[in-house]
Amino acid sequence: MIAGIDIGSRSMELVLLDPDDTNNEIVLERRLATTFDPASQLKIILDGIAPEIISATGYGRKLVTEELCGVTTVSLTEIKAYALGVAHLFPEARTILDIGGQDTKAISLMKNGKVAKFEMNDRCAAGTGKFLEHLATVFQIPIADFGSYALEGDEPLMINSMCTVFAETEATSLMAQGKNPRDIALGLHGSIVRRTTNMLHRVGLNEPLVFAGGVANNPCVINMLTDALKISPSVPDRPDMVGALGAALHGKSVLKIC
Amino acid sequence: MSNSAYKAMWENLNLDIEAHDGLLEVLGKFYGDIYMSQEKRLKGMEYLDFVLSEVHGLRVKELMDAKEAGRKIIGTFCVFVPEELSLAVDAIQVGLCAGADAGTEAAETVVPRNTCALIKSFIGFKMAKICPYTESCDLIIGETTCDGKKKAYEAFGEMAPMHIMEVPQRKEESDRALWKSEVLRLKDELEKLTGKTITAESLKNGIKISNDKRRALQRLNTLRAAKPTPISGRDVLLINQISFYDDPIRFTQSINTLCDQIDERIANSEGIVAENTPRLMLSGCPMAVPNWKLPYIIESSGAVVVAEESCIGTRNSRDLVDESCETVEEMIDAICDRYMKIDCACFTPNNERMDNIKELAEQAGVDGVIHYSLMFCQPYTHEAFKVEKTLASENIPMLSIETDYSMEDVEQLKTRVEAFVEMIS
Ligand code: SF4
Ligand code: SF4
Repeated sequence: MIAGIDIGSRSMELVLLDPDDTNNEIVLERRLATTFDPASQLKIILDGIAPEIISATGYGRKLVTEELCGVTTVSLTEIKAYALGVAHLFPEARTILDIGGQDTKAISLMKNGKVAKFEMNDRCAAGTGKFLEHLATVFQIPIADFGSYALEGDEPLMINSMCTVFAETEATSLMAQGKNPRDIALGLHGSIVRRTTNMLHRVGLNEPLVFAGGVANNPCVINMLTDALKISPSVPDRPDMVGALGAALHGKSVLKIC
Repeated sequence: MSNSAYKAMWENLNLDIEAHDGLLEVLGKFYGDIYMSQEKRLKGMEYLDFVLSEVHGLRVKELMDAKEAGRKIIGTFCVFVPEELSLAVDAIQVGLCAGADAGTEAAETVVPRNTCALIKSFIGFKMAKICPYTESCDLIIGETTCDGKKKAYEAFGEMAPMHIMEVPQRKEESDRALWKSEVLRLKDELEKLTGKTITAESLKNGIKISNDKRRALQRLNTLRAAKPTPISGRDVLLINQISFYDDPIRFTQSINTLCDQIDERIANSEGIVAENTPRLMLSGCPMAVPNWKLPYIIESSGAVVVAEESCIGTRNSRDLVDESCETVEEMIDAICDRYMKIDCACFTPNNERMDNIKELAEQAGVDGVIHYSLMFCQPYTHEAFKVEKTLASENIPMLSIETDYSMEDVEQLKTRVEAFVEMIS
């Protein structure tokens, strides 16, 4: 078996592939919170499986070492992993938007699926999953429901700040003015979308566009993105598994060379 | 480094001993991690390790001895200040650009927060009293390049003796005339400071010494571009950095010795990395000691740096002063011509930089370019767009990085650089 693992800031995902399956059907997938002890979580997620190779991506990729796992390990960046994963699921894709826990990435692909150009947020978590997660707690709404909650709003209220802390200040002052909290939530989703459309235009937005990463589970972001870009993005069934899938595909190609 | 032996000297220079010890510790640790860990290093690098280990010791002692003997120390922040003139009055010229996050809080009391790290650092070093070079200077030459520096010199001038040169921003006839008058004004100032008159003989000698240094660096730049890469990018950056501190004649000799060793390596097809390692050019703002952050990230990400298009790189060594002149007047003209070729982003439209980048990329056989601008550096951040366009027309991929001296963005930088290396591999 080949294991692909994506260790992000919030969660880690695992995908198993059969080296002999030319269709690369996913044999098994798992998901776990990263927590403050990713090394122990890594052991748990690998429990009971004995892959020939582990291919790791995500900001915790360097944690996955031969010493720790007892098998050959390789690593690749999330950019390449998403490119590989998306090219497998959507062979025609030319642009990827990946919004994860603490990073947002826009990737443009060449016709052969290779990365042509990419953009990534450089320091803070503005406009990422963490931004939504933090603001959902302010609204006291579970993060999984935050998107549908916002969709019940009618008129998005303008939130100017991209910074999580300032956006919260803006949101609470709008609440204090008695504005409809659903409209405020809609506005917050809108600010994420504004930021990502800029990034997409910088890499040159070619269709088809695939939207992946944890935030692609949020229906409000999908809707607003579609409106803003006048393009409807394709979203994988389980958008947060794409990185792990890409890592596994990379692992497979490494195994073949060996 | 036997620090205790130098303590009295540092005290005499009025350094803040405790803060200075802290700086040396960080510098030593950085250097150990980034330089001493390298494999297959050239023997000749021992000289540079030695110079760096003694950068606040022996070299400063030499400056003190020179001062004792009546020579003057001239500090600079820009490659526009002609070293030929300083040498012609038997003065010692040193670069004062600083590459560490130190004294930033103090600096932010006199310059705005959105000032580039290089400026904040040289002001911080002065205010925190941790730079023996700054403290040794008899005169510091500033220049009107970017707005950040220009205004920062007003604050700096209250703390140290300064002379400001006006550097034009375009390359018309009238700009050349202005520049010449500024070179002559500097000549007067240096003659006044030292009590010496610049003669045809002394100026010729100054030109020769500076050109020899440039020729050694040019030789290094040609040799390093060999495949497989015979020397790491980090080491070449260090050499360029040290060229601003070390005695020019000794430095030139050591670099030529090092180049002889590189010649041998090339003859044996020996490289420090595998032949198929992606080759990158770094282009943009200068990287002053100990700013090794980005080159280290690049070279830990499976790529190797084979060219530096910056002032602590090829911009400083590319052009020579014509050596065929005989009179002071002719030599001054030759100096003006050479310096007007500098393709700094402070000029407009500065299209020659684009040509030079293309040429260098081709000579060095690069697979990609990483454009580096310091955060808040207007001139280079602007030109990053033009550079990207220029390179795109040659099908050379470019990654644009904007960063500073802090370590907070290291993880994200690693991901971006690694992804770029994956992309071009
Ligand atoms: S980048 Fe421009 S201002 Fe800075 S040292 Fe070089 S020539 Fe001078
Ligand atoms: S890096 Fe840019 S802003 Fe900073 S001193 Fe140099 S030209 Fe000026």
